[in-house]
Amino acid sequence: MTGTTTQTSGPTPRPTPTEPRNYHFPAFHRRTLPNGMRLVVAPVTKLPLVSITAVIDAGASVEREGQDGVAALTAQLLLEGAAGLDGAALTDRFERIGTSVDAHADWDAATVSLTVLAERLPDALALVRDLLRAPDFPEREVARLKDERLAELLQLRAEPRGLADEQFSRAVYAPTARYAAPAGGSAASVRALTRDVVRGFYAERYRPTSTTLVFVGEVSVDRAAELALELFGDWQGDVATTIERAVDASPITRLARVVAKADASQSEVRVGHAGLPRRHPDYFETTVMNAVLGGLFSSRINLNLREAHGYTYGAFSAFEWRRAAGPFMIQTAVKSDVTGAAVREILHEIERMRSQEISTDELTLATSYLDGVFPIRYETTSAIATALSNLVIHDLPEHFYDDYRVRVRRVTTEDVLRAAQRHLHPDRLRIVVVGDPAVIATPLGEIHGAPVETVTPDGAEVAA
Amino acid sequence: MQIPIDTFTLDNGLFVTLSEDHTAPIVAVNLWYHVGSANERAGRTGFAHLFEHMLFQGSASVGANEHFELVQRAGGTLNGSTWLDRTNYYETVPSNQLELALWLEANRMGYLLPAMTQQKLDTQRDVVQNERRWSMDNQPYGSWWERLPALCFPQSHPFHHSLIGSMSDLDAASLEDIEQFFTTYYTPDNAVLSIAGDFDRAEARRLVERHFGPIPRGAGKPPLPDMTLPPTLGGPLREVVPDDVVLPRLFLAFRSPVFGSDDYYAASVCGAILGLKKGSRLHRRLVRERQIAAEAQSFTYDLTKGSDLLVLDVTARPESSSEELERAVNEEVDRLRDEGVAAEEVARAVTLIETELIVALQSAGDRADKLSLFATYFGDPSLVNTQAARYREVTPERVNAFARARLGTDNRASLLYVPRDTETTSANQELAEVGAR
Repeated sequence: MTGTTTQTSGPTPRPTPTEPRNYHFPAFHRRTLPNGMRLVVAPVTKLPLVSITAVIDAGASVEREGQDGVAALTAQLLLEGAAGLDGAALTDRFERIGTSVDAHADWDAATVSLTVLAERLPDALALVRDLLRAPDFPEREVARLKDERLAELLQLRAEPRGLADEQFSRAVYAPTARYAAPAGGSAASVRALTRDVVRGFYAERYRPTSTTLVFVGEVSVDRAAELALELFGDWQGDVATTIERAVDASPITRLARVVAKADASQSEVRVGHAGLPRRHPDYFETTVMNAVLGGLFSSRINLNLREAHGYTYGAFSAFEWRRAAGPFMIQTAVKSDVTGAAVREILHEIERMRSQEISTDELTLATSYLDGVFPIRYETTSAIATALSNLVIHDLPEHFYDDYRVRVRRVTTEDVLRAAQRHLHPDRLRIVVVGDPAVIATPLGEIHGAPVETVTPDGAEVAA
Repeated sequence: MQIPIDTFTLDNGLFVTLSEDHTAPIVAVNLWYHVGSANERAGRTGFAHLFEHMLFQGSASVGANEHFELVQRAGGTLNGSTWLDRTNYYETVPSNQLELALWLEANRMGYLLPAMTQQKLDTQRDVVQNERRWSMDNQPYGSWWERLPALCFPQSHPFHHSLIGSMSDLDAASLEDIEQFFTTYYTPDNAVLSIAGDFDRAEARRLVERHFGPIPRGAGKPPLPDMTLPPTLGGPLREVVPDDVVLPRLFLAFRSPVFGSDDYYAASVCGAILGLKKGSRLHRRLVRERQIAAEAQSFTYDLTKGSDLLVLDVTARPESSSEELERAVNEEVDRLRDEGVAAEEVARAVTLIETELIVALQSAGDRADKLSLFATYFGDPSLVNTQAARYREVTPERVNAFARARLGTDNRASLLYVPRDTETTSANQELAEVGAR
C-alpha cells in the first residue's frame, strides 16, 4: 500500500478470549435412611426454588414378559389417586402450591419430579410421599390412561417423525428384545394390562431400597434429610427382585425398509443400529466421535446435508444412552426426490469417519464445545436434578461430573478413529424411511443392493 | 423476584440492557430487531425468516458456516428465531468469550452484505423450504401455523399472512431483497441488545461501544399500516380442514387484549383457568371426566399491536366426533362466560404462572431474552420485574369482565381439523398397488 488512507470505520478485529473463570458442578451429598432409601442433595442458592426428583428402579426394562407398558402406566397412575384423594384433588393440591408434578417411566427408571418455591417444599414432598407410598390405582383411571395411550399410538401412525422413530427401534432390535417395542408398550400389550398387573408391578418395584430422592436448590442437606426421614422413614419393603430379560438383542445384518406414506412431501429418514450401554468404557471417545459425525450443528452430516446440499432443515446423530445398548441413530427429513442422494451422503460420512482420522480442527471443535457448554447445561435446578438422577440410574462414579470436562479434553484423534471403527457398523445399518414408496423405493433399493421392504404405518408388510 | 437492570443507548440509537449475575461463568447475548413477518411486502411472505437464515451465512469478517463454528468452538449455544413482529439472535457462551459473541453480532449488523452470494441464498431457500415441509406440510395439523392467523386477522392486516412463507414467494426472493431489507431494518436504532450473566458492567459497556459504536444509524423504516382492530371478530368464524390426521383437533381462538395492557393479564389468567395444566377446566372436564378429549391446552400469542389472540387447543379421543369435540369446548367457554370463575381458580392460575416466571429467570439466555422483549416492545426492560405483581392484581371480577367482553360467540374463530377419510382410503389403495407391482 502506498500513501496513507484514513479508515473512518470498518469491521472491528476478531477478539481473543480472556482467562476463563473456574466452574464446579454443584457439590452434592448423600445420605441413606435406615429403611434403605437414599438421598442425594445439592444445595444451590440462586433463586428461591427447589427441584425434587424421586428416582425409582421401575423402568420399562424391568417389566416382566407380556406386560410391556406397565412401567409407564404405573408411573402415570401415581397421579390419578393416592391416600384417599382422587386424581383431580391431587392435581389441585400440587397446582395450588404453584407446581405441577411429572410422573413417568422411561427405559431405566420411573421418576416423579417437580420444581417448587422453596417455602412450599414440605407441602410438595408430603404430596410426593402420598403418591409413592399410597397410590390407589382406581379402576376408572387405569381404563382411561390405557385409552389415552391407545389414542397416542393411533396418532403416531399419522405423525411421520414419531412413526419413523418407532419403526426404527422395531427394525434395530430383535423381535424378542424389549427395546424393539416402545417403552410405553404397543397397542396389543397395553390392551392386555389390568389394574392387578399394575398393582403387582408397583408392589414389586416401588420399595424404599429401590428409590432415591434427589433435592437441588435452596435447601440444606440436613433439612432435606430431616424432611425425608419424617415422610419416608417408616416406609417398609424388601429389596426388589432382579428381572432377567433380553432387552437389547439386535440382528447383525443390513436392512432397508420403507414405511409407506403416499404423497409425502418429505421423507423422514433414520439410519443406525444398536449402540452401546451407558457404562461402556468408550463413552467419552464415542461422545466426541458422535459430535463430529452428527452431534453438533457444525457436524459433518449437518454441514453436508443442510449447508452444502440444502437437502434438509437439519440432520443429526445420537447415541441414546441406556443401561443396555440403546440405539445409535442418524435422523433427518429430506425432500422426497433427494432421499436416495441424502442416504448415500449419510453412508459416505459413516465410512469416512471409520477410514481416516478426523482433523485436529474438528477434534478441538467438538471437545471445546463439550467442555465449554458444560456449565450452560446446568443453569437450572431441574437440569442439575436430572444430571444427579442419571448418576443414580447408571451408577456412575461419584466424580463423574467433576471429571467430565477433563475426560472430554483428553480424547485424541486416534481415540475418535478407534471409537468409529469399533462402534459404527456399516454392515449392520438399518435404514428406515417414512415416505412415498413410489418415489423412494427404487433409489433406496439401489443403495441397499436389494429390493427394500415396504410396510404400512402399523408395521404390516406389504406383499411383494 | 427482582433482577438488576442497567441500560444505556449508543449515539447510533442501539439500546442496551445489562443484568449481572455471577452465579456461574456464563454470559448470554441477545439481540432483538424490531422487524418480523408483519413488515414483509406483498409477494415476499416468509422473507423475514429466510433473512434470519442468511444472518448465519457469514459477514465481512466471518466465513460461511463460521458463525456457528466459532460460537460452538467457544463452548457456546446459539440460535435465532422469527416472529410476527420481531426477529431475535442469541448466544450463551462461557463468560470469557463475551467479546466474541458481541463481535459476531456487530460484524453482521454492520457488515453483512459483502458476504451475501446467490449460492448462499439458493441453499438457504432450499433449507427453509425443507423447514416448511418438516414443520407444516408433512406434519399432521401443521398448517395451523398459517391458517389460524389467516382466519383471525383480516386479509389486509400485517399479521394475516404466513410467517414461514409460500413456496412461490420464497422462490421469488432475490439478493436485491436481501440488501433492501438489511439496509432498512437491520440498523442499530431498530435493535435492542441485552447481556445477562457473568460480566463486568464497565467492561461490557466498553466492548459494546467498541464493536457496535461505529455502525451507522439507519434511515428509518417505513411505518406499518394501521394495525387497529375491533375488539371482537364480529361473528363466529369457522374453517374445517380435512387433513392426514387420525384424531380431530380444534383450535378455538379469540381476539384478546394486547400484551402488556391491564386487560391482557386478566385474559391470560382466563386462558390458564381454561387450559393451563391438568387442573384447568378443559383438562378436568373434557379429558378426565367426560373423556371426550385426549389433550387440552391454551396459549396466547402475546402480540402488542392490533389484537392479541387467546387460543384453546383441544385434541379429540378416538371415540369422539369432531362435532362432539367442538360442542363440548364451546360449552365450557359458554359456561365460563355465563357463570364466571371462582376465586380459587384465579389463585391456582396466578400461583402457577408466578412459579413459571421465576423458573424462567434461572437461565441467562431466558433473562436476556425477556429484557430484550420488554425493551423492544415498551422501551423499558425493567417491566420484567413487574410481571408477577401484575398477575397478582388480577381478580375474579376482572377475569369475568374479560370473559363477558371477549368470549362471546361473536368472537370465536374455530379451526377444526378432521381426518381426511376419503384420502386415507385412496392412499391405502395406492399402497396395495405398490405392493402388487
